[in-house]
Amino acid sequence: MSQRLVEIWVGLFVALGLAGFLVLALQVSGLAEIRQQPGYQVAASFDNIGGLRERAPVSMAGVRVGKVERIELNPESHQAEVILRIDQRYDRIPVDTSAAIYTSGLLGEQYVGLEAGWEDETLGSGDRITQTQSAVVLERLIGQFLTRMQD
Amino acid sequence: MIGAIQGLGRRTLDGLRGLGEAVLLMLRILRAAPEVVRRPRLLIEQLYVVGVLSLVIILVSALFVGLVLGLQGYYTLVDFGAEDAVGTMVALTLVRELGPVVTALLFAGRAGSSLTAEVGLMKATEQLSSMEMMAVDPERRILAPRFFAALLAVPLLAAIFSAVGVFGGYLVSVGMIGIDAGAYWSNMQNAVTVQDDILNGAIKSVVFGFLAGWIALHKGYMATPTSSGVSRATTMGVVHTSLAVLGLDFLLTALMFG
Repeated sequence: MSQRLVEIWVGLFVALGLAGFLVLALQVSGLAEIRQQPGYQVAASFDNIGGLRERAPVSMAGVRVGKVERIELNPESHQAEVILRIDQRYDRIPVDTSAAIYTSGLLGEQYVGLEAGWEDETLGSGDRITQTQSAVVLERLIGQFLTRMQD
Repeated sequence: MIGAIQGLGRRTLDGLRGLGEAVLLMLRILRAAPEVVRRPRLLIEQLYVVGVLSLVIILVSALFVGLVLGLQGYYTLVDFGAEDAVGTMVALTLVRELGPVVTALLFAGRAGSSLTAEVGLMKATEQLSSMEMMAVDPERRILAPRFFAALLAVPLLAAIFSAVGVFGGYLVSVGMIGIDAGAYWSNMQNAVTVQDDILNGAIKSVVFGFLAGWIALHKGYMATPTSSGVSRATTMGVVHTSLAVLGLDFLLTALMFG
């Protein structure tokens, strides 16, 4: 086999390998999604976020409108500070919108569900959702049930 | 009694000597790295032999591994009503474990064995010694290009394997079973991260490429220069590479995903 043909094949092989890495990074791990959508950040404090993780979806009426960007503990209020990143095209969400943490399915991942409010003013970058509802923690629910039973 | 102890001692010493020889060989190969970079023609030839010629088996195996993973994942997850997670399962299994490991095992059988046999036969027919006579360093000319070709080819093949496998899982779960394509990709993208999963998988495949090239060449270079010696070295090369890959994979998984 001629040197030229060998070089062409090796070039194709290396290109295919690099394409494999690119597919893994962009399509499988969703790196493309991060830079794809411009968005704005909204903060919300929760008493308990349960098993919510970063990159979890944020949805409104079941439609995905953004994702959880960052989760940290507020050292003063001891509440969970959740930064949501809402896609720019959903820029007309009322300021009195409430946020709650739900579970998709029985064993599925947890996500943040937004419930639209009635105000005309809309949320912008850096705003805060004040009405929040914590995740339902199964153990706590069972605990409450047991203490009621004892009464 | 004394004989048994002596036998144990001899085996230990032989094992240590073999390990020492292998490490010295590796150091000599690594020292020839600048030479390989300066004259990449030999490396490209070897990349063709170990990489391009392994493509078909890697592509076919990856497709079928992906198909089976999708099917089995669905059968298990549907009992829990979590069949949307099949994409996550397929991708994590492939990227973290099966991609690097199965690629390395196939590579040991497809390319490693031929490296061992080639180098062993060169030694048996005294081609290596005649090169030394002509003041050509066989480590630079023969071993180094083959080693670096293996080191480069395995990560590339593993990436191709994982990507094709994920596509195979897609074919089965979306095309055949009818899971929503959006759920397949979005659950996968939520679970797989570049820095944890894909980078660690790539590190694994580099380590396995290093092992596969090293063991195959060492077995060939140290083969007894007879036809039975070469055949034995080829078998041992594949067996030892497979065992080393599987054992090290457990260790790496414990370190990376612990």
